[in-house]
Amino acid sequence: MKKLNQAILSATLALAAGGALAQMRIEISGVGSNQIPVAVAGFADENIAPQQISAIIKADLERSGAFKLIDAGVITSMSNIDYGTWKAKGADALVVGTVAKSAAGDFEVRYKLFDTVKQSELSQLNVARAPQFTRLTAHNIADDVYLKLTGIRGAFSTRIAYVKEYDKRHYELLVADADGEGEQMALRSNEPIISPSWSPDGTKVAYVSFEQKKPVVYVQNLINRARTVVANEKGSNSSPVWAPTGNKLAVSLSKDGHTQIYTVNADGGNLKRVSNSAGIDSEANFAPDGSIYFMSDRSGGPQIYRMNGDGGDAKRVTFTGNYNISPRVSADGKTLAYISRRDGNYQLYAMDLASGQEQRLSDSTDDQYPSFAPNGKYIMYATQAGGRKSLAVVSVDGRVKQRLTTQAGNIKEPTWGPFMQ
Amino acid sequence: MRKLSSLAFIVTTAAILSACSTPVKIAEPAKVEERQVEQKPQPQPDTRTVAPVETKSLDPLDDPKGVLANRSVYFDFDSYVVRDDGKPVVENHSAYLAKNKARSILIQGNTDERGGAEYNLALGQKRAEAVRKAMTTLGVPESQIEAVSLGKEKPKASGSNEEAWAQNRRADIVYK
Repeated sequence: MKKLNQAILSATLALAAGGALAQMRIEISGVGSNQIPVAVAGFADENIAPQQISAIIKADLERSGAFKLIDAGVITSMSNIDYGTWKAKGADALVVGTVAKSAAGDFEVRYKLFDTVKQSELSQLNVARAPQFTRLTAHNIADDVYLKLTGIRGAFSTRIAYVKEYDKRHYELLVADADGEGEQMALRSNEPIISPSWSPDGTKVAYVSFEQKKPVVYVQNLINRARTVVANEKGSNSSPVWAPTGNKLAVSLSKDGHTQIYTVNADGGNLKRVSNSAGIDSEANFAPDGSIYFMSDRSGGPQIYRMNGDGGDAKRVTFTGNYNISPRVSADGKTLAYISRRDGNYQLYAMDLASGQEQRLSDSTDDQYPSFAPNGKYIMYATQAGGRKSLAVVSVDGRVKQRLTTQAGNIKEPTWGPFMQ
Repeated sequence: MRKLSSLAFIVTTAAILSACSTPVKIAEPAKVEERQVEQKPQPQPDTRTVAPVETKSLDPLDDPKGVLANRSVYFDFDSYVVRDDGKPVVENHSAYLAKNKARSILIQGNTDERGGAEYNLALGQKRAEAVRKAMTTLGVPESQIEAVSLGKEKPKASGSNEEAWAQNRRADIVYK
């Protein structure tokens, strides 16, 4: 029996290493308004690497909705590109590459991007990394293609964090690539974990854990496992979010008798109250200029407000509907994502902050916890599908939609990590 | 004499052990000590004096049939006011806490599953605060109470219907 288990385990590991066992299933619907036709060739000798690099690049580009992929077979030579042939096949751009193994055991990946219209080389990269970073190399190449062809920085190499819950008895805080692959566990607990938030440098995650029979805010270093209690005041401690400077967080505390917003240094020092109302103030989110968007029910139902980073007068931002929560500002400060309850459904909305114009981005009924991609082009959120909680991604224009589901457990509270060096 | 005292020990232990059937505060089981048998002969055995035994009084908190066994206060939809049916629960625990200054509690507020996790956490807090305020009005010092919220994260009843939701709109008194 034990031998059998081992056999099954090693078979599973082999599949996982081969990339054939997807941790998440992704369904894509809709396409962008201006799809760029691009041909991605199979990379020469890519079968020696743990994952098929060209397949990961194709999946990334396709998921973005910004490209129309054209089949290109395998191209072994990166020189003497026959631009005319690719132009005739309808491709405006061509991606080619090679993979080689170095004496040190690294995989050397060379890639080139060609403009078939201008008949010129647009970009190229040479990356040598240990085998376990093959997936990252592929995402880096997809990021470069996205940047060179759309002018917008790609976010394929960024990571996401989310909570997986099994039967309300067992909870995990997980970190994965933005496509849901390469999942790694950061924390496991028998009590709920909610509200994860990435530090701006991508090395730490703040979250709320209920392991002390009450909500307490922790910061966990993902690299060395160090956990710091950032807020454990009398009462509830929740809703941590990092300031763009990375040295402090905003949190929601009930220590003064009702839930209000405070700022606190990342080591737990220098606690300061910044919001001041008789109602609930929570869910702070920093705009790039340091001001704070937050949720407050000071006027009755929960609405979104904005105040300075050190408090002061708050200005109401949402006026439609009587339930608007979970504000998140895009990195350029121009768009606000939030959850609004309309006709009993909780749905994702985006507001253009300059005009106040809002747009509904989902047609589901129980959406929660939105999070912007660091390039501001996509929003990830938690939703319900077939009685199970799963993740969804939508482009800010609402045209491209993806749904990420897993075989077991409920996934919720997704948070998109920053660009990393 | 020795027999009698060991009988007393058994009675007391049994009382403590039976008190332990509730899941709350488990008293440390009494340690069994070997006592040295008295070596010196008693000068004149006294067979007339009765040695009194007192049974330990049961902590009313540990009485599964007592009023303190009820530790949940329920709330109406979108309400953060202690209902009439919750008032005796608040009063009974307040009276106990006023008498037992060494005991302290967590009041855990809860909500139903609808809506955002953080807003529900703040709403659960309002329920816990309502119970806390009612208790301090009845004379319980703040130092014995901590109002916290579990929001919608720890539902007592699963299911997405009014019956389950009503069960989950609740504040629980948890002795530390």
